[in-house]
Amino acid sequence: MRRNNFGYYIKEGTSSIFRHGFMSVASICIIVACLIIMGSFALLALNVRSIISTLESENQILAYVDDAVSESDARALQSAIERLPNVQSAHFISKDTAFQSFKDQYEDKEFLEDMESSVLRHRFIVYVDDIAQMQETQEALRGIQGIAKVTAHLKIAQGFITVRNVVSAVSIVLVLVLLVISLFIMSNTIKLTTFERREEIAIMKMVGATSSFIRWPFVVEGMILGFLGAVIAYLIQWGLYQVIADKLVGNTGLSFLRVLPFSYAAVPMCVVFLVIGLGVGVIGSSTAIRNYLKV
Amino acid sequence: MVQMKDVFKTYENGTKALKGVNIDIKDGEFAFLVGPSGSGKSTVIKLITGEIAATDGKVEVNGFDLNSMKFSQMPKLRRSLGVIFQDFRLIEDKTVFENVAFAMRVVGATNKEIKKRVPYVLELVGLERSVKCYPRELSGGEQQRAAVARALVNNPRMIIADEPTGNLDPARSLELMMLLEKINELGTTMLVVTHEKELVNRFSKRVIAIDGGRIISDGMDGYYSYET
Repeated sequence: MRRNNFGYYIKEGTSSIFRHGFMSVASICIIVACLIIMGSFALLALNVRSIISTLESENQILAYVDDAVSESDARALQSAIERLPNVQSAHFISKDTAFQSFKDQYEDKEFLEDMESSVLRHRFIVYVDDIAQMQETQEALRGIQGIAKVTAHLKIAQGFITVRNVVSAVSIVLVLVLLVISLFIMSNTIKLTTFERREEIAIMKMVGATSSFIRWPFVVEGMILGFLGAVIAYLIQWGLYQVIADKLVGNTGLSFLRVLPFSYAAVPMCVVFLVIGLGVGVIGSSTAIRNYLKV
Repeated sequence: MVQMKDVFKTYENGTKALKGVNIDIKDGEFAFLVGPSGSGKSTVIKLITGEIAATDGKVEVNGFDLNSMKFSQMPKLRRSLGVIFQDFRLIEDKTVFENVAFAMRVVGATNKEIKKRVPYVLELVGLERSVKCYPRELSGGEQQRAAVARALVNNPRMIIADEPTGNLDPARSLELMMLLEKINELGTTMLVVTHEKELVNRFSKRVIAIDGGRIISDGMDGYYSYET
């Protein structure tokens, strides 16, 4: 790009936006709408993942130690358990502690008074990294000498995995579909403006303009429209998220829904919106003008 | 300079527009290309400007071999040509100055060069008082002179005028032809496509007549006798 042409491209690209005001507003609206739908699904997916990972972290395996093993030997099993793959941590609970917490669950403790802690076993609460591999971990725990019994809620784990996969798949498909739709609409919008200006393009070709000289003002126009669309969409998305998050947590009593703060996704979302907005603008305008440059 | 040797052109729909055309126009020459509608005049122009490619034969323009030239070289060829159309083809939302400056901008001229060159060319065609006018505010003759200024501004080696007087009255037509003759005297090769017999016969220039895709006469006597 020649430096003395740079100002010309910016000027032409900007003035074209105003000359074709209606089409420009239409393009921006389409980009805004697509980005907000994409953004909303991404935020929903993020929240679902966050809720699921919280629930996942509470999903634990209980490994009971054989009655014959003494407390000190039982404690020694901790390192063997933690060496297993997929084990995040293991927490030892002695018979006494287990009995105490058992008693604490009941207000009426009289019927427990005659009981001794020896009826219970020493145990480990085992937290895993990935609940998808819970069954393998369970098997591995069973293989440790001194572990008598292992319990895990595999079905619940499987349910979490399914929800996580479905939400991820739907979000990815939706984001891709919307990306294609916005590209298509952007391209057609710029195609209309290039159609209006086909005579001008033909004259430019006839006086010896290079293809890039003709293309740049349209690309600049696409970039500006894409940028404006991204900024507007981001601001609306932000406001919308705050309102919905406040309503969900504040009024409906669904306080167990730990909604992520917008700031958690603010920077990546800003970058993604800008990249998509500019990308749609540039690719849309480049493809729109391609046919006119073949002469 | 234009050299066409045994040029054939058949369009995709099967129309045989040119059937073995030979044309040789030297640098600095002034030539009329005459013939009735559908005779192949426009095809010759399109071949010269690189808008279409010949089906067979050799086409060379200003040192560019159009048979072997890469598409990326096309702007260079076109910068060596100035083209004037019957319908002027000025950009409606640009002033006369901007229309002419635009042609310079396209080839990468600086603002300083544009400010120096455009007024000079507009004065040459007699439009120095209309620099700020939009095309719609000008008469047909003035619009065509603006188009001449645009064709001229990049100092092309050759100007091709495709029916330049088609939308002008006889007095304006004569004025325009005299302007083109003046430009030719300054050294620019001139190829004027027309079917206006009287106008051609007023100038003692080379006349190339084409009909049915073949050159039927090529003489220096300036006489256009072929009936259209």
